[in-house]
Formats: sequence, C-alpha cells, structure tokens
Amino acid sequence: MDFLRPASWEEALAAKAEHPTAVPIAGGTDVMVEINFDHRRPEYLLDLNRIELLREWEVGEENVRLGASVPYTQIMENLRAELPGLALASHTVASPQIRNRGGVGGNLGTASPAGDAHPALLAAGAEVEVESVRGSRFIPIDEFYTGVKRNALQPDELIKTVHVKKADGPQQYSKVGTRNAMVIAVCAFGLALHPETRTVRTGIGSAAPTPIRAKEAESFLNAALEEGGFWDNGKIITPSIAKQFADLCSGAANPIDDVRGTAKYRRHAVGIMARRQLGWTWEQYRGTGRPLEGAA
Amino acid sequence: MTMRVNFTVNGRPQEADDVWEGESLLYVLRERLGLPGSKNACEQGECGSCTVRLDGVPVCSCLVAAGQAEGREVVTVEGLADYAKQRAEHGGCASGACGTSIDSAKKWEAKPQDSQTGEGVELSPIQQAFIDAGAVQCGFCTPGLLVAADEMLERNPSPTDADIREALSGNLCRCTGYEKILDAVRLAAARQERQGEAV
Amino acid sequence: MAQNTRTVPVGTPTDVTQNHVKGGIGESTLRPDGTLKVTGEFAYSSDMWHEDMLWGQILRSTVAHAEIVSIDTSEALTMDGVYAVLTHEDLPAAKNYGMEFQDTPVLAYGKVRHHGEPVALVAADHPETARRAAAKIKVEYRELPVVTDEASALAPDAILVHENRDDHHSGHVPHPNIVHRQPIIRGDAAEAAKRADVIVTGEYTFGMQDQAFLGPESGLAVPAEDGGVDLYVATQWLHSDLKQIAPCLGLPEEKVRMTMAGVGGAFGGREDISMQILASVLALRTGKPVKMVYNRYESFFGHVHRHPAKLWYEHGATKDGKLTHVKCRIVLDGGAYASSTASVVGNASSLSIGPYVVEDVEIEAIGLYTNNPPCGAMRGFGAVQACFAYEAQMDKLAAKLGMDPVELRQLNAMEQGTIMPTGQVVDSPAPVAELLRRVKARPLPPERQWETAGEGADVRALPGGLSNTSHGEGVVRGVGYAVGIKNVGFSEGFDDYSTAKIRIEVINGEAVATVHTAAAEVGQGGVTIHAQIARTELGVQQVTIHPADTQVGSAGSTSAGRQTYMTGGAIKNSCELVREKVLEIGRRKFGSYHPAWANAELLLEGGKVVTDGGEALATIADVLEDQAVEVEEEWRHRPTQAFDLVTGQGDGHVQYAFAAHRAVVEVDTELGLVKVIELACAQDVGKAVNPLSVVGQIQGGTTQGLGVAVMEEIIVDPKTAKVRNPSFTDYLIPTILDTPTIPVDYLELADPNAPYGVRGIGEAPTLSSTPAVLAAIRAATGLELNKTPVRPEALTGTL
Repeated sequence: MDFLRPASWEEALAAKAEHPTAVPIAGGTDVMVEINFDHRRPEYLLDLNRIELLREWEVGEENVRLGASVPYTQIMENLRAELPGLALASHTVASPQIRNRGGVGGNLGTASPAGDAHPALLAAGAEVEVESVRGSRFIPIDEFYTGVKRNALQPDELIKTVHVKKADGPQQYSKVGTRNAMVIAVCAFGLALHPETRTVRTGIGSAAPTPIRAKEAESFLNAALEEGGFWDNGKIITPSIAKQFADLCSGAANPIDDVRGTAKYRRHAVGIMARRQLGWTWEQYRGTGRPLEGAA
Repeated sequence: MTMRVNFTVNGRPQEADDVWEGESLLYVLRERLGLPGSKNACEQGECGSCTVRLDGVPVCSCLVAAGQAEGREVVTVEGLADYAKQRAEHGGCASGACGTSIDSAKKWEAKPQDSQTGEGVELSPIQQAFIDAGAVQCGFCTPGLLVAADEMLERNPSPTDADIREALSGNLCRCTGYEKILDAVRLAAARQERQGEAV
Repeated sequence: MAQNTRTVPVGTPTDVTQNHVKGGIGESTLRPDGTLKVTGEFAYSSDMWHEDMLWGQILRSTVAHAEIVSIDTSEALTMDGVYAVLTHEDLPAAKNYGMEFQDTPVLAYGKVRHHGEPVALVAADHPETARRAAAKIKVEYRELPVVTDEASALAPDAILVHENRDDHHSGHVPHPNIVHRQPIIRGDAAEAAKRADVIVTGEYTFGMQDQAFLGPESGLAVPAEDGGVDLYVATQWLHSDLKQIAPCLGLPEEKVRMTMAGVGGAFGGREDISMQILASVLALRTGKPVKMVYNRYESFFGHVHRHPAKLWYEHGATKDGKLTHVKCRIVLDGGAYASSTASVVGNASSLSIGPYVVEDVEIEAIGLYTNNPPCGAMRGFGAVQACFAYEAQMDKLAAKLGMDPVELRQLNAMEQGTIMPTGQVVDSPAPVAELLRRVKARPLPPERQWETAGEGADVRALPGGLSNTSHGEGVVRGVGYAVGIKNVGFSEGFDDYSTAKIRIEVINGEAVATVHTAAAEVGQGGVTIHAQIARTELGVQQVTIHPADTQVGSAGSTSAGRQTYMTGGAIKNSCELVREKVLEIGRRKFGSYHPAWANAELLLEGGKVVTDGGEALATIADVLEDQAVEVEEEWRHRPTQAFDLVTGQGDGHVQYAFAAHRAVVEVDTELGLVKVIELACAQDVGKAVNPLSVVGQIQGGTTQGLGVAVMEEIIVDPKTAKVRNPSFTDYLIPTILDTPTIPVDYLELADPNAPYGVRGIGEAPTLSSTPAVLAAIRAATGLELNKTPVRPEALTGTL
C-alpha cells in the first residue's frame, strides 16, 4: 500500500491519473472501516484532506457549490436555509464524530444505496462536478448512480463539487432505522417542493439497488396539484391524493430482504414517509403561500 | 512500504516511524506513541470510544488514516485535563489554541507502585464529574465520552438533556445505562457555571 | 518505538491505594480506579505492551460445519515478519478445553463445528503482517449438513455435533445432541388444570443476544525463563481459566502465572476462555511476548452469547385469578460447544415459572448442541428467557380474566416461605408484591414530550429520533409491567467459594490494610466495596487493593451476582480473623493495663482498638508496631444440592433476587418504531453496600434488557448457520438517545444468611426489563408479539 498526499487539487488529479486504482480518502468513514476490517487493501490511498477547495462551499444565485469534503456538521449548521433537505439528511448521518469528518463526496464516491445524502440530492436536484487531468464534466444526479455501489465516475476522475439547487420551497427528509440515533438507513425518503416550477421531486434511499426517484409518483402529484389548483389556492391536499402519492412512492421502491429489514417493510415505510413528508412540506408551503425555509 | 508521520499530540510534537499506510491514527496513538487512553472498541466508527480532537474537532481516531494526521493537532484523553485548564485560564478556546505546552506535556507511562489511584491529580471538570457522579464502571467508553462531552460543554455550556443526549449519541456505553453519564455532564455544567459566576 | 525496555510489560496493574477516602459499608464511596479511568491511564488488557512483542492472529472457519480436509501453512510461513504459523498439530498438550465439558478444541482438528471457529494461528511483528499471513493459509473444507434447531438436532438421521461424548450428562440425556435436560415435576399439573377456569397458552422465541462488552478480547502472554508463561488477560474468573489453560500448555498450574489486566466489561462473555491459550501457545513457541487483540468482528465469534430459546407455556387460573398450574417446555440452543449450557438449563428450569406461588407444575428444559455459535453465560443466565415468556403469559392471563395485570401478579406473588417448584423453601425476604406496588405507584411521565414551545416537534423525543420520521403522527403510548426472579451465586451443589488475603501493617505511623483477591473487577465496582469492607472491619482509612492474580486462591467468577456476597464475604471473614489476631497481639502487649482488653467486646475503629462502649484502648499502630498480620482464607456460602434428574427436586439455589419494572413506551404504530420513555425499576438489594454502585448496576442491567426488547439480536442464517451481522453496524445496542430515564427504587431487606444481608443485584434488572418493554409495546399496539427483539416488521405486519 502506498499513501499519496497531494497538496493541491492538480496534484490529486495527476496522482489519480497515474494510479487509477488509487482509493480516494477524505473523511475516511467508509474507507477506514474497510481497511480496519480487512475488506479492502488498495494499492494506493489518495488523501484528499490537504485540498482546501474540497472543504469550501459557496452560495450562488441558483445553486450551492458544495465542496465534496464539506463535513455534514457544516452542512447542517450553515446550509439549513439553502439546502434544507440535505441539512436534515446530514443530521441523520451516524454520529457527531462521523458528521465532523464525512462529506457528500464520500456518499457519492461509495454510492451505497444506504448513503444518507442521496435522497436529499435527488429531491433537491443536483449536478456532480467531476474532474480528471482530461478535464471536468457535470453529471446530473439522476445519472450518477449506475448500480449497487457503482457510479458514473471514470477511473481517473475525482469528485470535486456538488452543485445543489437552492431550495425554492419546503424540503423534508426522513430515514428509518431500528435505533434512535447512529443507524444505517433501513430506508430513507426525501421530498422537495419546487413552487417556482410547480413540481415536486423525491428521493428514495436503501430501497432499490441504487438511490432512485419515484418518478411516477412525482408525475402523478405534479398533475394532481396542477389540476386541483393547489399551488395557487393553497388548500389542504386531499387524503386520496396523498395516499396515491404514497402508494406510488412505495411502488417505485425495489428493495431486498437483508439483516436490516425486509423488502416488504421497506416498501411500506417508504409510503409512510412519503405521505408524512407531503403533509409536512405542504403545511409549510401553505403557511406562507410562498417559498420558505425548510423545517428543522 | 511504510512512512513517517509527524503531528502534535496534547501539545507535544510527535513522530511515528515505520507506519504502515493502512494504520489508523488510533493505532499510532496506542501502539506507537504509548497513548492507549483512546480505546479500540469497534474500529468502525460506531462506538466513539476512540474519540479525539483533531484540530479541535471531535472525530473517531479509528477512521482517520495515520497519514491524514500529518501536521495536525490531536488532543486525547491523556491531555484533556491540561487542555481544559488552559481553556479556563484563557477564557475559552479557539480551535488549536489550547493544548498542553511542549514542556509540560508528558508521555503516558505506567505509574510506579502505590501511587496508582492518582489522588491529588488535577482533573478537568468533566473528568471529576464522571468520577463523582458514578459515571464510570468498566471505563472503556469513558475516554471517548469525556472528549466528546468536554467539547460539547465548550460549545454549549448550558445544555439541555436533549442536547447532551444528541452530543453523546455517538458514544456507546454498555455498563451504565447512561443515566449517570447524564448526571455527570449536568454536574460538570453546573460546576462550570458556578465557577464562571465566581470569576 | 516510544517505550523504553522494561522488565515487566507496560500496563501491568499495580497496587491501587485509597489514602484519603472515608466510608465503609453503606456509603457511596468513589471508585479507587476512577482517576485512572478518567485520565486514560488505566491499562486494559488491550493496552498491554511489551518491548519486542509479536502480534497473534487467528484464522477462523468460514463455514459452520465441515470436515477439515487439509491445512496448508507453507506460503504464510515464508512471509517476512512471520514468526510462527500453527495448527492443531503444533499444540503442545491437551487439545480441548472447556468450563463444564472439555469439548472445545484449542484449534479445530478433524472438524469445524461452528462459523468462526479457530483453525490456525499466526504470530508476526505487525498486526497487518499477521492478518496477511493468516489470509495465506489454505484450508480445504468438506462441508457437512448443519444442525440448527431442535428438529434438525433430534431428527432420526441427525448428524451428531459431538460423536463420542463422555461428559457427566451424556449418560442421562435422551439424545447425544442434547447437552442436558432438566425436568421439574411437582404436584399434579394435569389434575390441577381441571380446576382452572381459564387457561392460556403461548409459544415464545427469544433471540440470541451478545454481551457486547466494549473492551475486546485481548491480552499479552510473556514466556518466562522457567519455561512457563506470564499471562495478562481480562477474564471473569482467573482460576477457572488457569485450570483450563495449564493442561493445554502441558504446564503445571504454578508455571502459568495469570494477572488480571483491565477489563472492559464482561456480562458473562468473559467467563469462558478466548485468546488465553492461543496467545500462550504462540509465546511459548516463539519465545517472545505475544499480544492478541480481537477486533469487533472477531469479538462476535470470540465469545459465547446468550442462548436463544423457544418456550412453550400453559398457565391456568381460577376465575378469581389464582394460578392453578403451569406447564412449560424450554429449548435452549447451546450451539456447537457446551460452555455453561448445562447450568443455564438448570436455571431456566428451576426459575421457569417466575416469582409466583404455583403448587402444580410440569417443567422441562433442554439445551441443544447445534452448529450455531456457542452460547453460555450472559447476565441473567437462563432466567432471562423464561421471564420474557412467563410475564407475557401473566399479561395474557390477566386479559382473559379481565383483571389488572399488576393485581394478578400481586395475587400470586411469592413471599418468604413460599415453596419453589424444586421444593426449596424461600427462606429470606421476597417482596414481590411490594416491588410491583412501588413501580406502579410512581407518577407517569408527561405525555407528548416532543411538543416544544412555539416551534415544531423535537424529534429527539419521538420514536425515530434524529431520523425525523414522525412529528407525532401515529404515535401511541403504552405502559407495561414485569417482575422476575433470579438465583444468586453458583447453584446445584457446586462448591462455590472465594478467597481473601488481608494484611494489616503500619506504614508511616498509620495502619494500612491490603486486600488481595483474585476477584475480577469488570466495572461493577468490586474494588470499591472491597476497600469499604476493609475500612469497616479494620477501622483503617488507607486501603490498598492488590491486583487480582493467581498468586492468591480462587475468588470464583464475577458472575451470577455473587461477588459482593462471596468475595465480600471472604474479605469480611479474613478481616475478622485479622482483627482477632490484632486484638490478640494487643492483649498480650497491653492487656495488663486495662481490664477492658479481657472483658469488653473490642472493635477496630478510626485506627484504634475501642471497646463497644467507645473507649479507645490503643492505636493499631501501637499494637502492631513493625509487625504485620496477614490472613488468607477461603469462605463458602451454605451448601446447595443438585436437582434430581427426574423430578427436579432439590435445594439447588443459595439466594434469590427480585426486581420489577414498569416501562412506558411510545410507538410509531405506522412505522413500527419504538421509543422507551421511562423504565422504572424497584429491586430488593438486601443491603446497599455502595448505593451509587447499586443504582448504576440496576440502570445498566435494565438497559441491556431494553436492548434485547427492541434491537439486539445476533442473526444466524438457518440454512448455513453463519452469523450475518457480526459488527456494531448491524448488531445494535442502545445509544444514549434510545435509553430513557431509569428511576430506581431499592429496598434493603436483609438476607440473614448473607454477609451484611446483601443480595446479588446485577442480574435481576436484566430479567424484568425486557418483558416490561414488550408489555408496554403490546399495550400500545394491541399486538401479541411473542418474539424478541420486536422489529419494526412485527409491528407493521411486514415480516
């Protein structure tokens, strides 16, 4: 094993180009577990801790440019208004110690369906900026997850920045685990209302081989909200619409049975979370009639 | 292949040699620097018993690759009393500003016979409170809890019970049922408050 | 390396002295090791370090049941930094060990019988080198069918887990895959059933629980010049280890010198051997100190677990709620090796009906050999599984009778004088009804605590916690009660004793007592009360606790709630003998100066010899001068009897302990998530020797019971007998956000047979906690819930 310590982003890209098998390590919260438990012996470890730009974020007009290594603690403390869904998701990540180290880049790099950030990114809308010595490109979040623990990165590419759409309406996030803290998701769900485009977006975690959106559910709800004039009249969404939305979210899931839960439960729980979050976000939307900050 | 890593532990520059690249900061502290106070209960970031402060921030040292600590400042339970003392003397602590001076820092060593209770040793308020409240049983979770609790009290001197529970939710304890740990943190907060008023 | 060369390993425990602590029996004195533990200086077994030491690594079986066709170590042996690669062929002497049966191979030979069984060993200069070398060992297995439950164990063509048993139970068991069977027949249950107006039956399943102590199995073995070994380990019982280790090393016991290194929790999981023999074999083979530390994954394979169980119960009662009879059958899965399964069977059987008066019973408990992970001691030891079932039955019965569940329990509660199903008379206080009254009388915690002033919900107070799953939707409260009975100490005729060596001498003009026992301090605070007893009995302030080792006689195990009773009793007894000797010296020196030396009842108090009237006759320092008095003496509790193998009759237990719980839970009934809001306990502790420690023990035991109620289970694949969740990521134990406030109300009704009236306290709270939480969840959901842990699937119909 060799430990590569690039001092700059350029050096990191060069190192990754030279050693495409190098495993990037930032917060270490995934990689070190695999090393400690002998599950992985990479030829090279590529330490990204010295690269300042990965720990920076910037709030722009439309997007938040979030460095891949910005720790979850920073996201939940500093980006609640701009990225309420991701801030809520960040708060559910493991423990304070892990939130102090881990960042969204790690979730994306590992691309485990159980990564807490994914549903929030899917619901908010995001693009992943990846770079190699060959240049950089933006991968829409919907195209980023390609399989179980697989993503769209090329071997020489590193994740630089996640461009997350700033919230234009309420967002929510929940995750189910069998413990009240510090738990890997049995399944998770994120919902974002986008009043500017009069759309809703969803994200489902741990209930399919990859993080997914419940697109049919979104289409149904978009149409139902439009038809009922809900965006304008701010009325309470009828229970039948909420139920159908929840059922479609459930149906979008394609989970498995494992030690953490049954497929049947995961599908059930996704539906419950979807229904509840629709209630919470819609109440927030009605409360102001206009875009507002995400709930705590 | 092995490497050399230089960093500061409890205010004292340290150098570890022949470090295997996959070694964690926890392993280096425990097995190379003679600082076994940080504990090795799970080595997967689930138990918090290895919690140290890395540039002021509580982290699981089992999940920090040793090489990532290069050039950085680490505070372990062994340096906690000095760290808290300096913070008290300087009226608060910015990250990295606290820590044991090089001169006063001492490496961990087994103490000679008959002085083993450490009676009269100067402790941080949280350390004393853990003893007084009965928050220590087997004590394996204690170092990590102390580092985490001390950092929380630094940020939030008057925590609610819910705040304490949230801040310590990454530290497993199997002996106490946590009640006396809560008592200890409340006690340390109350004592700090009284001390603050006295000053 | 940072350490200097040393003659003794770094981390070797030394004397611990309390100079300035006052407080004897009944006072909440602080731990003598507290400062060491909060400064990080307390050395646990995994902190041991020696110049030039090697690291030991075990290669474990990847399959549960197989013949070993071949083991090829050649490639591993060629690696740089590797000092030894061993298989069973390299073992120096006996190849098997075991606490009750010597059925456990040091390293597997012929067969492996469970997933994760040690097959080969490596010693290398770095743990990573050792791991890499272990990975290079090639083992060829020919897999065998797995025995995983009663049906597969007792099927006509069942494979025998152990072919040629010759242990002390092999003669009477109905099948070689049954480790032990203990029936209890008293009265005539079939006849009594005719008097029952109401009968309830139930089938219950208790999952496999892990002790999950935080300090991993670890230690250091140092080869000695005399050909022996110095072994520093964390264990619950040094002398039991010694008896098992020495034959496997081919050494006389005196050449295996064991010292207790710091113990990071135990809860039963360190009663059996883990790395002791393996590290010693490597040290003797390489001539170098060898350190072994299991990681958490390995720890799940490195110790026995709590027996999973299937339990069938039938309870009958008259319409006014009096129990007529109980029939039950308990099947405990002992896994591949016996460990303490036979004793667990005895406990499960003899405590199977709970703290109730029932004259007509028909009980059967068996323990199986299977290819599942070996099971043995864990806090509550056989009584936990039964309590979960009989308390569920009591609630079922109450519901059918239309009675209040607490009243039903109180109506049938045992008391002093009650006859157990084994025929044993309960001859000390048994305040079962009173304990229930106390938990019930407590005001209930306020409702809807998640509601915050003005803002939304505080999710931390809701089921799901930080995961933000509910803001109050679907949340229903439930309240449940349970009470349990646990034996204290080793039962069934076991010669249970402890040994204490007490020394008193004068240092710098002050009388100082030294307490030396082999008792394991596992966190419970034994060392604290040892000093308290010495202060009370010898009237000294300064007490030194000498490290536990095998240079003094056995203290027995730190388990079964027995150490305060047993080693406390031994220390008290030895102190009394020391006191007599001190007084004898005083009489010889000063007897002629004051008649009280001859006439009065004399005590040692405040460093002086005083009369019972309070008159000081001399200082201990003046009496002893440069003389030291030392006594090492064994001390026993009253004898017990074996249970009859057919009727189960016999005075099998030393003492009984009782605890009751009330659980208040809030359940998100849609998502099946549970938050326990409060878990109140009332327990009779006989005498609270150290009230702070007593409460800590009760709260800790309660929390382990909570864990098994809602989250803890080692999941074994029934097809392969392989463990599916050996990590703290997937074996969940309660965090501080899962653990409620645990108010404790303890009674002190002295047991006249026990020193100071003490009653073992550590285990009883683990019993009733689980069924109380289950009862509360049932109350909230209306579901039957016959299995621990209660998973969200069970609450949402999504299994």
